[in-house]
Amino acid sequence: MDKSLPSGQHTSQRYNAELEQLRSSVLSMGGLVERQCAEALEALVKGDEELARSVSGSDDAVNRYELEISAQCIDILARRQPAARDLRMVVSIIRMVANLERIGDEAAKVARMAAKLADDYHEQSYHSEPLHLGKGAQALLHNALDAFARLDVDASIDVIARDEDIDREFKSLTRILVSHMTENPERVKNMLRVNSCARAFERIGDHATNLCEEVIYLVAGSDVRHLDIEEIRERFRS
Amino acid sequence: METGKVQGNATAKPALDITEHTDVGAYETTGTPFVDNPKMSARGVNVFYGEKQAITDVSLDIGGNEVIAMIGPSGCGKSTFLRTLNRMNDIIPICRVKGEFTLDGEDIYGASQDTVLLRARVGMVFQKPNPFPKSIYENVAYGPRIHGLAHNKAEMDEIVEDSLRRASLFNEVKDQLDKPGTGLSGGQQQRLCIARAIAVSPEVILMDEPCSALDPIATARIEELIDELKENYTIAIVTHSMQQAARVSQRTAYFHLGKLIEVGETKQVFTMPQHELTENYITGRFG
Repeated sequence: MDKSLPSGQHTSQRYNAELEQLRSSVLSMGGLVERQCAEALEALVKGDEELARSVSGSDDAVNRYELEISAQCIDILARRQPAARDLRMVVSIIRMVANLERIGDEAAKVARMAAKLADDYHEQSYHSEPLHLGKGAQALLHNALDAFARLDVDASIDVIARDEDIDREFKSLTRILVSHMTENPERVKNMLRVNSCARAFERIGDHATNLCEEVIYLVAGSDVRHLDIEEIRERFRS
Repeated sequence: METGKVQGNATAKPALDITEHTDVGAYETTGTPFVDNPKMSARGVNVFYGEKQAITDVSLDIGGNEVIAMIGPSGCGKSTFLRTLNRMNDIIPICRVKGEFTLDGEDIYGASQDTVLLRARVGMVFQKPNPFPKSIYENVAYGPRIHGLAHNKAEMDEIVEDSLRRASLFNEVKDQLDKPGTGLSGGQQQRLCIARAIAVSPEVILMDEPCSALDPIATARIEELIDELKENYTIAIVTHSMQQAARVSQRTAYFHLGKLIEVGETKQVFTMPQHELTENYITGRFG
């Protein structure tokens, strides 16, 4: 049976416009959060205190998006009583914005740490240890938002699978930082800060996974939260 | 049923337009039309009004003690199908009904079937409340009397009171049982009609848009009543209100141009319909 989502328009043009507006608000919020993550990572690895402060300042904008999109969802639920795909979209967006807001919080956390670490910055320093991890988390977030924009289940499953790499990398980074600490006991405090940044990127990967679980629910109506990747793959094996 | 190869707007083909899409002949019913404990079964149903075919190859079970909702755009055949279940279409001269219908396994279109008895077992409530121009008491007592269900006045009083209670109307009318039923409010009249249907102890109650002439409060009372009635009766309801179908039923059947397109658990149909026509209808995408 053909399972592609119908792309037809509602009889109510205003309803179409409301759902389209909701979708584009989520993508805008996603874009903002993505930029925050990129800039927080850049501020960290370059020791750029000014950039770090600007990232932690943009947290308010993310919070405003969260409130605005939640209000739009409640409005649609109250006035339109959405069903089927529309219902799944509204429900998944309610959960997605909560995740996006937390990603914003994690980026702001990295930025705050970056501002504190900027004093001790020098070339080849430990600051850039989380670079690869941060890039990886950023890519997951980017792909998760892309999967949402294209309503792509396969791409979502791919992101969920790749989050395990991020988790592994975080663990090995922690081991590296611990050995740095042993060698440079005077830098333990800053190493712990770097580790917090690494932890934040690991969490961003988890949130990107959550976004993809919502995309799968939206498109296929299947709740894959709390399943491991093999169980998810099994469910979608055609 | 699930597949990973699902793509969204970017690659989806143009949506089926349910107002233009007239060739449904090739569709098989999606979902679960048959149940383990059918109260009524319909198989291979075709209904014609003169030359025009109103229902094409519909097979569906109505499960015991379930509420099944039938939804679909006007002219989809849902009311026609409902009316085949107690042979209400017999009174339309140009209407021809083909197919097998059973109630507890017995053929209801058999030569020996008395339609009056059938309609006592399979009662009906209509869109517009239609009390007889008689007293409230007589409205309810009429059916039991012609079926000889009461042997004396006391028994009849009991049947009337019990039926009005089950229809959640007794307390409102107990002091005016001799007043005309037509003097009640629309919602009360509809509950009176339900009491009248219940009075002959039916096994199945068919409801054809029972709330479409009622305000939201009266509608809520009828829906509450449907919920209580399903303990003892099997209910098939045709409704234009999708929210009502979602609220009151355990199974939902979607009809389209005389075909049964999809039937399944109500919560599944309203969150993850399997057929694109169902999806388009319940989300309000009419093209």
